[in-house]
Amino acid sequence: MVQGPALRRPLTLWRRLDTASRWAFPGFMLVLGLIVIGMPFGLPNQAALRPVYAMACVYFWSLYRPASLPTPLVALCGVLLDLLGLSPLGLWAVILLLLQLATIAARRRLAPARFIVTWGAFTGFAIIAAGLAWAAQSLLELRLLPATPVLWESLFAAGLYPLLARLLIRAHRTAAAVELA
Amino acid sequence: MIRLSVPFRQALSRLSFPLMLAASLGTVLIGRADPNVSDRVRAGIDDLLAPLYHAVSGPIQAAEHGTGAIGHLFALSQENAQLREQNAELLQWQEVAMALQAQNNALKASLNYVPSPTPQFSTGEVAADLGGVYARSVLVLVPPADGNTQSLVGAVAMDGRGVAGRVVEAGERSARVLLITDINSRIPVALGASGAPALMAGNNGPDPSLLYWAPGQPPAEGAMVLTSAQGGAFPPGLPVGVVHYDAQNNPVVLPLASLDALRLLRLFSYPDNLPELTPIPHTKPDSKPAAKAHSRKH
Repeated sequence: MVQGPALRRPLTLWRRLDTASRWAFPGFMLVLGLIVIGMPFGLPNQAALRPVYAMACVYFWSLYRPASLPTPLVALCGVLLDLLGLSPLGLWAVILLLLQLATIAARRRLAPARFIVTWGAFTGFAIIAAGLAWAAQSLLELRLLPATPVLWESLFAAGLYPLLARLLIRAHRTAAAVELA
Repeated sequence: MIRLSVPFRQALSRLSFPLMLAASLGTVLIGRADPNVSDRVRAGIDDLLAPLYHAVSGPIQAAEHGTGAIGHLFALSQENAQLREQNAELLQWQEVAMALQAQNNALKASLNYVPSPTPQFSTGEVAADLGGVYARSVLVLVPPADGNTQSLVGAVAMDGRGVAGRVVEAGERSARVLLITDINSRIPVALGASGAPALMAGNNGPDPSLLYWAPGQPPAEGAMVLTSAQGGAFPPGLPVGVVHYDAQNNPVVLPLASLDALRLLRLFSYPDNLPELTPIPHTKPDSKPAAKAHSRKH
């Protein structure tokens, strides 16, 4: 798979394109995933899936490939999430940025840790983020919102992360690997 | 790629997080200060994605067991027999209804009854029933508005049987309908034959709850719930649902509209000059309020 020392090869147009596409892969998949999960598949509690997917992507890429998911992109994805998910504009942008900050702060501990540790950490982060979203939205709308969606989001986060991580790890080693370009 | 000096790049990367956080918090403030901004952007995105949603939801609706076209194939003969039976029964009722209508017309004629204005309506297919984590709404495909996209905002959405919700934002080819089950939905209703007033409040669950009924007249189980013209948002007398007491003995409304499986919605734009009490204009308040106040005086 690795074709010799990459530095010595000439920087042709195709190689630049390859690098750029690999670099843009995580962000692109995040946006595409948000739109695809928004499709009316008729799944129960489908709306709770979208923030979980966004959180999982932000967490994973901030942990293993932070350069591929710059903060402006995270903020934009948060705004998109708010627009698609009918939450107050900018709310999820703030939460996703805080999640990214927390992940990058814990990166030295989490990146070399075993999978079960990163899984547990993500579940913890997701529960805190979902609770934060609930509290912030309740505050913004001046009304106590039902808390069951937080439970669903937490369950989805805990249950779907291993599945998502498997796909993301594969992408991390192939399609998103800038160093292989 | 733009080449930047290393210290500048470092400073930029260090600054990007606080900058973005500030920008996001600013967005929250903007969205708070002017909800129209987010409504407009959302309507644009909905317009963009509506054909995509429709392409996905079409086959899924067809394949759905029970309600979809493929589900129907398995129960054709049974359904046929059932429909024939129902048809015979309904024909009897039709005669009763026609007799009652004739009687009603005669009574109205002797009462100098002013008929309520006929609303304009457009029928739209439901492209997606998504909503958010804390919201219940559906996206309806509407015929292209000729420049005036805001004309649909506030329209009452009904399926074949009852009120499903109200249009909260409209774009060029799609409109978002806030369902009566949404936690932000508040609809003044009239209960039963006496028309006792109450407020139907959504709670994000399947059955909206009833609030503020008159202390002497608790809502009766099985009473019909109709819209009321109080507040001027709804025309009076549209069927909404039936009163039911839940396990906690709180009155809720079982909606007539099948909100879980909405396929087609009719959007009724009622004219501004409803004959009943309408303190609040039906359209958005920013459309020349001064002129409206003037015309109301006459």
